Amino acid sequence: MVDPVAASRLQFAVTTIVHIIFPVMSMGLAPFLIYFTWKEIRTGEAVYEQLRRFWVKIFAVSFVVGTVTGLVLEFEFGTNFAAFSTFAGELFGGPLATEGMMAFMLEATFLGIFLYGRERVSDTFYFLTSVAVGLGTWLSAVWILIANSWMQTPRGYELVNEGGQEVVHLTDPMAAYLNPRFQYMFIHMQNSAVESVALFMAGVAAYFVYKHHVRGDEVENAAFWVKTLKIAIVALVITAPLQVLHGDLYARHVYETQPQKFAAMEALWETDTYVPEYIIAFPTDPSHILDPRAKELFGIGIPGGASWLASGGNPQAEIRGLNSFEAAAPPVAIVFWAFRIMVGLGFWFILLAFWAAFRWYRGDLVDDDLLHKAFMGSSLLGIVAVETGWIVTEVGRQPWLIQDVLLTEQGVSTNLTGAEATFTLAGFVGGYALLLVLYTYVIRRIIKHGPPEIDEGSVERDAGTDAPPEAEVSVDD
Amino acid sequence: MIDLAGEPLFGLPLPAIWFGLVFFVLGMFLFLDGFDFGIGILFATREDDHEKETLLAAIGPFWDGNEVWLVVFGGALFAAFPSVYANLFSRYYLLMFAILAALGLRGLAPEMYEEREDEQWRRYWGYSFVAGSALTPFLLGMFAINWLTGVGGIVSIPGLLGGLAVGGLTVADGAAFLGLKTRGSLRDDASRYGIRAVAAYVGLVALTLAAVYVTTPGLQSALLSAPVIGLVLLSIALAAGYVVATRQGQYHVAFATVAGLVAALVGVIATAMFPAIDRAAGIPVSEGIVSTLPLNLMTIMMAFLLPIVLSYFGVLYSVFSGPIDAEASYG
Ligand code: HDD
Ligand code: HEM
Ligand code: HEM
Repeated sequence: MVDPVAASRLQFAVTTIVHIIFPVMSMGLAPFLIYFTWKEIRTGEAVYEQLRRFWVKIFAVSFVVGTVTGLVLEFEFGTNFAAFSTFAGELFGGPLATEGMMAFMLEATFLGIFLYGRERVSDTFYFLTSVAVGLGTWLSAVWILIANSWMQTPRGYELVNEGGQEVVHLTDPMAAYLNPRFQYMFIHMQNSAVESVALFMAGVAAYFVYKHHVRGDEVENAAFWVKTLKIAIVALVITAPLQVLHGDLYARHVYETQPQKFAAMEALWETDTYVPEYIIAFPTDPSHILDPRAKELFGIGIPGGASWLASGGNPQAEIRGLNSFEAAAPPVAIVFWAFRIMVGLGFWFILLAFWAAFRWYRGDLVDDDLLHKAFMGSSLLGIVAVETGWIVTEVGRQPWLIQDVLLTEQGVSTNLTGAEATFTLAGFVGGYALLLVLYTYVIRRIIKHGPPEIDEGSVERDAGTDAPPEAEVSVDD
Repeated sequence: MIDLAGEPLFGLPLPAIWFGLVFFVLGMFLFLDGFDFGIGILFATREDDHEKETLLAAIGPFWDGNEVWLVVFGGALFAAFPSVYANLFSRYYLLMFAILAALGLRGLAPEMYEEREDEQWRRYWGYSFVAGSALTPFLLGMFAINWLTGVGGIVSIPGLLGGLAVGGLTVADGAAFLGLKTRGSLRDDASRYGIRAVAAYVGLVALTLAAVYVTTPGLQSALLSAPVIGLVLLSIALAAGYVVATRQGQYHVAFATVAGLVAALVGVIATAMFPAIDRAAGIPVSEGIVSTLPLNLMTIMMAFLLPIVLSYFGVLYSVFSGPIDAEASYG
């Protein structure tokens, strides 16, 4: 491949799809860690210290990999999308700079204290540290999503000709930054992160609970894992229904602001009324798997469902088809199937949450082996839903880079050669595959290792500070 | 109500201020992450497991926060000079990705190193830690000098020399920091390396500037200007101060002289470049700057957040002040 546009797009896709895994882990873990720290300090119960120390390790590794992969993304706007950066930099650079100053700085400095400073600061300060770290992760989402949502629903700008080149000028910062998409995106994203982490926690905990209670193997810290499972279930019961309810509102908003994307989500080529929403769909002709068309689908569908989704309750509503737009259609199959995977998973998570809650209510949570297996199998599905959701968002926006303002092919660096872009793309595919293997490896080891042992009462930690300064690192003096 | 879209806040020369700010942030990165890189390079000189562990523990709480200055450098350049960000980063395309790869190695290596005890595993992650720590400042120095001269390709003589100079500076930085964080033979060895590194740095900077002078006629008068010569002389004095302070065990002073050296280096580059900000693309500061409304907004954001952010670093460094514990480890 030597086309710099295609290589740059693919590279951006690969690098963001990998990056988002780590922010999801850290944003999702943040509220749990604040909770554990709070409970540890308030109750003094060892299990909360175990919970904090166990999950903070996973947080720390995710954060490191998130930093490494995030820096790549920031640079890519300059390296690969130079034309876009020049064109929209006025609007786009500000949020990124603010993200760095407001969010990453907070997160990265206080994480140092959160990881290594338990003994060096007071309880209250330590709790505030956990809040600072969590706030930092969430604030980074605010600013990056401001940047992204502006690309979906651009507002508050005008196009000005500067030296023979059209560029975006910011005219109304409030309208631009609080564009209509932003609040939908933020709520949907943050809730999905917590939900994904709850699923991950539940999956890990279920594995140990299953081993101990169903298979009867001896598992250290069995009580710790039951506790983890219960906390995860509580989080899931809250987030899973919210995500789907909110997704419904969100889809309507997408229909109103990006009708072409909505048509691609539904694979609707001709404008129509009473459009059904297929939850599971089989194209009647196998060739339509790669080219789904709403008219030729067979499946379990809700009659009028898509119309209902788009209009907010009217199954008769008309939906514009892809053929009614001037711009070329986005890759419909990708958007259509990605949307179905996300929605399907959304309903599955609700089922899982209520099933577990029911078992818990009945008092036989630890014994239901099918439930445990379902949790184990679902531990990574939250991430899958996030990835597919982003694919709907970003691929569905094509061919626009900024909706109705700038085409993607106009945004790529002009001085970039196909060879350079292909070279780095190959490097990323290889390097990131390795990165994912290493990350998985480390996380698995942390899990296998389990929570740290804590003798209640006396405190024993990684880095005691009570050694007198004389007894320092000197090795041979 | 101030008219934010009308003219720069309080009539300040904001384009020049932002030009300075971008270099200030770059300098913060070089100084703070510099000691992490230096310690990473010094890691190569250690045989003893316990000493290696100590080096990793010394940077553990800090390096991530330090690295964010690079994120902010990118962000500030993007926000204030979008066309420069775009031109510069796409011109040095492969160099930018090489920097990212080196930073990636540096960031991952300690985490992985700690993960397992076995010798071979640790040997390889040790190599990658050293390689990432050495390559990042080297490549960054190349980038800074190429940016200054505006050379088209990636490899240039001034760039290579500048890369080596920055590498040397980070070793001096790391050694001074270890002076504050360690005791005994580890500290003595580090000090010896630091003194050599600072001497090498002065020589390399002189060579770099000479090479820039020879290869880039457009910069000759700027290099002979009073501020640049003053900063070079200041650097020599600071380097001498580093040597004396290190010999006397005044590590705080030595560390402070490194801060001065970084400021002088960044100052030389910025002074020589101004009023251009991207010579190769022919963009002066006054044209590369964003329009007034976003500029004013960014200025307010920075004026508000910069002191707060600096206070975070104050808190972090004071919580972990003093030498590290004998038992401390990275993980
Ligand atoms: C746990 C993850 C998860 C789950 C279960 C769902 N979503 Fe979602 N969805 C995301 C995670 C996500 C996401 C990855 O977080 C996205 C990408 C961008 C965004 O804001 O959220 C997203 C995007 C996204 C979009 C695209 C918006 C755009 O183009 O900007 C729509 C229309 C929906 N979602 C709707 C739904 C519906 C109707 C769901 C269930 C019935 C649903 N989502 C479940
Ligand atoms: C982290 C979650 C994200 C994922 C998984 C994601 C995914 C993708 C994918 C798959 C593409 C390629 C689309 C195509 O070319 O067909 C893309 C393009 C792009 N995305 Fe995202 N994206 C994410 C977040 C963001 C954010 C937050 C921004 C902006 C701040 C952004 C800006 C862009 C840009 C500039 C492009 C390139 C132009 C284009 O192809 O449209 N993305 N993204
Ligand atoms: C495609 C556009 C994106 C860019 C340019 C980008 C940029 C970055 C950068 C530079 C970092 C490193 C910060 C550091 O050094 O600490 C980072 C980390 C992070 N990013 Fe992204 N990011 C993108 C997408 C996203 C999205 C969509 C989210 C979530 C909504 C997100 C959330 C985070 C978080 C929470 C971190 C902290 C590290 C971690 O927790 O893993 N990013 N990102």
